[in-house]
Amino acid sequence: MTLIDLANPTRFLSLTARILPWLAAATAILLLVGLYQAAMAPDDYQQGATVKIMFIHVPNAWLAMFVWGVMSLAALGTLVWRHPLADVAAKAAAPIGAAFTFLALVTGALWGRPMWGTYWEWDARLTSVLIMFLMYLGLIALWRAVEDPSRAARAAAILTLVGALNLPIIKFSVDWWNTLHQPASVLRMGGPSLDRTFLIPLLVMAVAFSLLFVTLHLAAMRNEILRRRVRSLQMMQASRRSA
Amino acid sequence: MLSGPHASFVVTSYALATAVVLILIVWIAIDYRRQKARLRELEASGVTRRSGRGVADI
Repeated sequence: MTLIDLANPTRFLSLTARILPWLAAATAILLLVGLYQAAMAPDDYQQGATVKIMFIHVPNAWLAMFVWGVMSLAALGTLVWRHPLADVAAKAAAPIGAAFTFLALVTGALWGRPMWGTYWEWDARLTSVLIMFLMYLGLIALWRAVEDPSRAARAAAILTLVGALNLPIIKFSVDWWNTLHQPASVLRMGGPSLDRTFLIPLLVMAVAFSLLFVTLHLAAMRNEILRRRVRSLQMMQASRRSA
Repeated sequence: MLSGPHASFVVTSYALATAVVLILIVWIAIDYRRQKARLRELEASGVTRRSGRGVADI
């Protein structure tokens, strides 16, 4: 089976029905391993026990940006190649991305209170991530507000690409501005500055959350394909009744 | 394991993450059942896809 075959929704449904149980099992196992390693990790000499919040905050923050990246590729698929599954992929990813962004913001606030003395600070990193969360909500609202799926797809694709301009701002905000949020400590020139004791659980949790995203995204894409089939059958039924 | 004055912040973070992930899973599972039920209803009323494939093929 090639990538071109996946452009066919029926083949996509058939393939994902076979791989989803395996993906779900792999996600569950990796999450359990990551949670065990996070629980066993020692307290940090500066952060104390709050270092454990990083094992969920950082993967969620990465995925918040990654999901928008996936949606941006899907937006190109909608606008340039008119790929049949592109809008389905983008629409299915948005609520999952919004949930990851929400968790990144809230767990960041819960880490910030004991470490910075405040839940929130209007610095560049926090504010740009909050803007991305609001854009996720805006996109979800847009898909719900426009009844014609093809019109909604084009409008959402344009808004997604505009929102993608925020991704480098989020990534480099800690370098471009003087922020309370610390600079990158894993994805940086010269390698991670974290000790292996913290780096390994963090990476395991990052892979586990990434697998969770893939699993939930494929399942949500299947639902969206079914929703569109229901809509087309309902339209067929309505036109038969009026004929 | 977990100790110290900030344990409640850690527990709240993990509890919230668990709740949000569970809500996502349940929401997707319920949505799948709802769409399949709607397709079944439409098929039962005689509306089928041109390919002839039905909800049983999904």
